[in-house]
Amino acid sequence: MIVASKPKSLLNVPLHYCPGCTHGIIHRLVAQAIDDLGIEGITIGVAPVGCAVLAYNYFAVDMAEAAHGRAPAVATGIKRADPSKVVFTYQGDGDLASIGMAETVHAAARNENITVIFVNNAIYGMTGGQMAPTSLIGQVTQTSPYGRDPKLCGYPVKVCEMLSELEGPEYLARVAVNSVRNVREAGKAIRKAFQNQIDGKGFSMVEVLSSCPTNWGMTPQAALKWIDDKMIPYYPLGVYKDRSAEEAR
Amino acid sequence: MSEKVLMKGNEAIAEAAIMAGCRHYFGYPITPQTEIAAYMAKRMPKIGGVFLQAESEIAAINMVYGVSAAGKRVMTSSSSPGISLKGEGISYLSGSDLPALVVNVQRGGPGLGGIQPSQSDYFQSTRGGGHGDYHMIVLAPSSVQEMASLTVKAFDLADKYRMVSMILADGTIGQMMEPVSLDIPPQKVYEKSWALTGTGCKRPHNVANSLYLKPEELEKTNFDRYAKYEEVKKNECLAETYLTDDAEICVVAFGIAARVSRNAVNQARAMGIKAGLIRPITLWPFPEKVLSDAADHIKSFISVELSMGQMIEDIELSTRCRRPVSLVNRAGGMIPTPAQVLERIVNQSKGGAI
Repeated sequence: MIVASKPKSLLNVPLHYCPGCTHGIIHRLVAQAIDDLGIEGITIGVAPVGCAVLAYNYFAVDMAEAAHGRAPAVATGIKRADPSKVVFTYQGDGDLASIGMAETVHAAARNENITVIFVNNAIYGMTGGQMAPTSLIGQVTQTSPYGRDPKLCGYPVKVCEMLSELEGPEYLARVAVNSVRNVREAGKAIRKAFQNQIDGKGFSMVEVLSSCPTNWGMTPQAALKWIDDKMIPYYPLGVYKDRSAEEAR
Repeated sequence: MSEKVLMKGNEAIAEAAIMAGCRHYFGYPITPQTEIAAYMAKRMPKIGGVFLQAESEIAAINMVYGVSAAGKRVMTSSSSPGISLKGEGISYLSGSDLPALVVNVQRGGPGLGGIQPSQSDYFQSTRGGGHGDYHMIVLAPSSVQEMASLTVKAFDLADKYRMVSMILADGTIGQMMEPVSLDIPPQKVYEKSWALTGTGCKRPHNVANSLYLKPEELEKTNFDRYAKYEEVKKNECLAETYLTDDAEICVVAFGIAARVSRNAVNQARAMGIKAGLIRPITLWPFPEKVLSDAADHIKSFISVELSMGQMIEDIELSTRCRRPVSLVNRAGGMIPTPAQVLERIVNQSKGGAI
């Protein structure tokens, strides 16, 4: 009996991600949710610019590669072209919370019926480790070599908290993929974010705290621990908005 | 003959787009093209279409990217500063070989410029406008009727060649009212097997993409695209010639400048001067052969432009500088008068300095 296999929605190709990076886990969770919901034939994904730029080579569904930060706008177009399709974006923190912040906020404000997977690893990975909008205070990066100084570059952006103030979005949750238990919770949240779209509920975003051992300069294991020790205290896990659940109460 | 209706140029574009089968419009407010968005906002919901006011020009062009990738006819419109913002998205559309219509109702620049008519985005439009090697098909209407008919043509060419088409209008033609016939033939339907419509679990996935990390592959996409551009150049050049057969002096002008110039040519003819007019309708591809053939017998050219002189370079290139070309221009939202053009024609007919 097969108890675990590669999801159909992931193509059988090698991923380019660095050793210890958790993008692979998140790809799997997304593909598993698509498989479980039986929507692989009607799903269209939008890849970002950043580490996941080549995601269009990995998912077995139709894919668009968006300009940096514009994935929610591209997804809006695809969804409006045919609302019967399931449309998701897969974006990193630089893409979603820096250059693409306007597209993120307005897609949420419109309650655009799309699913957004937001991978927050607190750094620009693809370009070699520069400060991200979500880099923590004191975090050393290539462009904050003395540690992120809030006097110079302000404070890290808490996207879930910020968007939760809007009337628009349906579902906002923050999860992590640094332990078996957290991965399981992340899978549930991602699945819900797709289910919401199928049910016509609207903008559903899952922020996934992810590791970047290469650019954090840590072993994979130390990086997972850093998520627990440093990231989760600043970015608490949990559901920040679930309108349907709130209305049902 | 079909019934004519009185319409503003901008409204003619919007209605023609709908008649061409466009059901998706995304835009951001900017003068002097606002009527297009307003018209779409009224009409689209009534015909099952989508009008969406985007958060920015950047978002609008990327929404266009999404609809186009999904295989549907789609458009956006803006004016000069907004078109600069769309440049990135137009480059991505072009790099992904996606069809779309972009309308630029030009205003004076650079920078925030002004809100009066201009043709100073000629370079930007005919050279692509964004980063990388690419072209758009650029159509320049000079009447409200052409705002409609060239819009329909622009959609057709975009689908045919999988390119971005641009209607390069100006504030005058956008705002003026003229009678229009909206007798638009049924549109050819193009097979879009490349579109993102969901695999249906029946085919390998489709990808809309402009990223090629291997230089050999990226180079090939560029060469292939330019081979396609050669086809466009061969098949799609359009120009109107007026009284050029026996002309010795030829005015070259497009859009509103062509209408001003036509008056001047008529006045010159009344004075016995052999003047003619070439009006490029496609600015890219530029009607090089029409210019080159004209240079065989025409003694000198006059480029009339609402800019500091941009198309004049294409005239010189097309004629390989075999004949002198002078410039009559206004800029910043000002329009040359027929008298100004006539004065130059008269001067040049007397062999005056160019």
